[in-house]
Amino acid sequence: MLAARRVWQRNFESWKRFYRASLVGNVLDPVLYFVAMGYGLGAFVRPIQGEPYLSFIAPGLLAGVAMNSAAFENTIGSFTRMEEQKTFKSILMTPVSITELALGEILWGASKSLLAATIFLAIIAATGLWHSPLDLLLLPLAFLVGLLFGAMALCWTALSPSYDFFNYFFTLVVSVMFLFSGIFFPVESLPDWASAAAWLLPLTHAVDMARALHRGELTSALVPDLLWLLTAAALFSWLAARLLERRLVR
Amino acid sequence: MGSQAGSRRPFPFASPLSFRREHEPINARETAAPPIQARGLLKSFGGIPVVRGIDFDVLHGECLGLLGPNGAGKTTTLHMIACYVRMDAGQLLVFDMDPRRAPREIKRRLGVVPQEDSLDPDLTVERNLTVYAAYFDIPRAQAEERAAQLLRFVQLEDRAREPIRHLSGGMRRRLSLARALISNPKLLLLDEPTTGLDPQARHLVWQKLRGLRQGGVTMLLTTHYMEEAAQLCDRVLVLDRGEVIARGTPADLVRDHVGREVIEIHSAPELSPELVTRLEELADRVERSGDTIHLYFRDGRSPAAALPLLERLDFSQRKATLEDVFLRLTGRELRD
Ligand SMILES: Nc1ncnc2c1ncn2[C@@H]1O[C@H](COP(=O)(O)OP(=O)(O)OP(=O)(O)O)[C@@H](O)[C@H]1O
Ligand SMILES: [Mg+2]
Repeated sequence: MLAARRVWQRNFESWKRFYRASLVGNVLDPVLYFVAMGYGLGAFVRPIQGEPYLSFIAPGLLAGVAMNSAAFENTIGSFTRMEEQKTFKSILMTPVSITELALGEILWGASKSLLAATIFLAIIAATGLWHSPLDLLLLPLAFLVGLLFGAMALCWTALSPSYDFFNYFFTLVVSVMFLFSGIFFPVESLPDWASAAAWLLPLTHAVDMARALHRGELTSALVPDLLWLLTAAALFSWLAARLLERRLVR
Repeated sequence: MGSQAGSRRPFPFASPLSFRREHEPINARETAAPPIQARGLLKSFGGIPVVRGIDFDVLHGECLGLLGPNGAGKTTTLHMIACYVRMDAGQLLVFDMDPRRAPREIKRRLGVVPQEDSLDPDLTVERNLTVYAAYFDIPRAQAEERAAQLLRFVQLEDRAREPIRHLSGGMRRRLSLARALISNPKLLLLDEPTTGLDPQARHLVWQKLRGLRQGGVTMLLTTHYMEEAAQLCDRVLVLDRGEVIARGTPADLVRDHVGREVIEIHSAPELSPELVTRLEELADRVERSGDTIHLYFRDGRSPAAALPLLERLDFSQRKATLEDVFLRLTGRELRD
C-alpha cells in the first residue's frame, strides 16, 4: 500500500506547477457562499435552532465544499489523467499496483478537500464565527469526507465512457447531497420519508458531525456518524480499485 | 556496426553480433532460465482471439524482435509480459515468475517504452524521469543523478526544465526511452521505439540500444522498420493474426524465405509476356504487385543472366532484405 504515496506525490508535483490558479477558486468559493447565503439570504431567515443563519450553515458548508473538491478532483482530474494523459497506464507499468494507484488518487482528492476546508475554516475564523478549538476537528472531518467522495467519484470515473457522464454525477450525487444533507436547513424539517432518505446520503452524516463540532459538542453521539463515514469510505475505495482494474487491466 | 567483412554470411543489415549465439560457447549466464518463457499464450478481446497460442523464449542478453502487420498482436503480447493484459490461457514466466502471482516483482525489473506516448504532460522533462523513478522507490537524490545521466544519454539535457509540450515527437520518443531506463531494468520491452523519429534520431536510438544490449540488457522489441529489426535483433518472430508464422535470425529468414538478390522492375506493364516467361525461368521466383515486378534469386542462381534482358527497362538490383521476407510472408495487402 505504501506506493500509494508515490501516486499522491505525482499529483502534488503536478499541482505545484499551477497551484496559484487553483487556490483562487478555493478562496473565492466559500466567500461567494458566505456573501450570498449568509449575508444575502441570511438577512431574511430566522435563527435556526437558536443560531444565526450564517453560523448554522457554516460547518455544513465546509463539509459540502470538502465534498465538492474531492468529487471534482476524482472525476474530471482522474479521468483526464486516465484517458487523456495515459498517466494511469504508465504508472501501471511500474511496480505500483492498481489498488495503490486508486488509493493514491483518492488520497489526493481528500488532500484537495483538506486544503479547501483549511481555507474555509480560516474564513470562518475571519468572519468571527469561530466557536472553540473543536472547530479544528472540522479539518480531519473534511479529509474523511474527501476520502469518501473521492472514492465515490473514482468509482464513477472508472465506469464513465466520456466526460459527459460526469454531469449525471454532479446532478444526481453531488447537487442532491449539497441540497438535502442538512447544510441549509435541518433534515428533520423535511417530511418523514424524506428525512429517512436523507440518512442514506453520506453527506448528512458529515454535516451532522460538522455542526455538532462547531457547536462544541464532542460526544459519543457522533460515533455512529463517524463509523458510517469510515465504512462507506473504505467500501467505496475498495470498489473504486476493483472497477479501475476491470477497466484498465484487460 | 562493426565490419561486416568478418562475418561469414554476407548480409547487409545484420550486426555481427547476431551470430554470437552460433559461434560462442554457451556461458554460465546463458544457461540460467531465459528471462521470458512463453508457451501457448492465448488472448481474446470480446470473444475475438488476437493472440493465438504463441511460444517463444527471450534469452539472456539477446534482442528478440516481434514483427507483424498492424493488429498482429505484438502490443498485446508485450502487455501480457508487462502484467497489463491478462492472458486467457498458456504459460508465461518472466524471470521465472508468473505475472498473475508476482506482478510487482516482475515490473520492478522491467523497463517499458509503450507504443503510445504516455509521458506526463503536467511535468517537466526532468520531473518526468524523477517522478517515474519514485514509482520504483528510487531515492530522490539518486533519481536526480540518474535522470541527468539519462538526459545526456538521449541528448535532451538542454530540455530538462521544459514542459513536455515543447518537445517534438522524436524527442518525446527519446524521453520515453530514458524513462524506461531510469530503474536500470534487466529487461526492456520496446514497442515501436523509433516510430516517428528522423533518420538521425533513429540511428542515435539504435546506437544506444546496441550499447545497452552489449551491457547485458535483454530486449524484446516490436517494429515496423525491417532495417531496424535486422540491425538490432539477434532473432525475430514474425506474427500474423496472433500466430507465429516464422522465426529465426534475420539472416536465416532472408536466406530461407527469399534468397540473396532481388531485382525490382518498375515498369511492369511494358514487359511482354514472352519476356516475363523468360525471366521466370532465370529467377527462383517472380512476383508482381501493382506495376512492379520482383525477381528473387537464391544462392544457386545469379541475377547476372537476367540483366541483359532488362537493358531498356527501369529496374534496380539489390540484396534481399528482411522487408522482402516480411512481404513474402504476410502478403502485400493492407491490414486493418
Ligand atoms: N483493449 C482492447 N480491446 C479490444 N480489442 C483490442 C484491445 N487491444 C487490442 N485489441 C485488438 O487486438 C488486436 C491486436 O492488437 P495489438 O495492439 O496487439 O496489435 P499490434 O500487433 O501491436 O498492431 P500495431 O502494429 O498496429 O501496433 C487488434 O485487432 C486490436 O484491435
Ligand atoms: Mg502495437
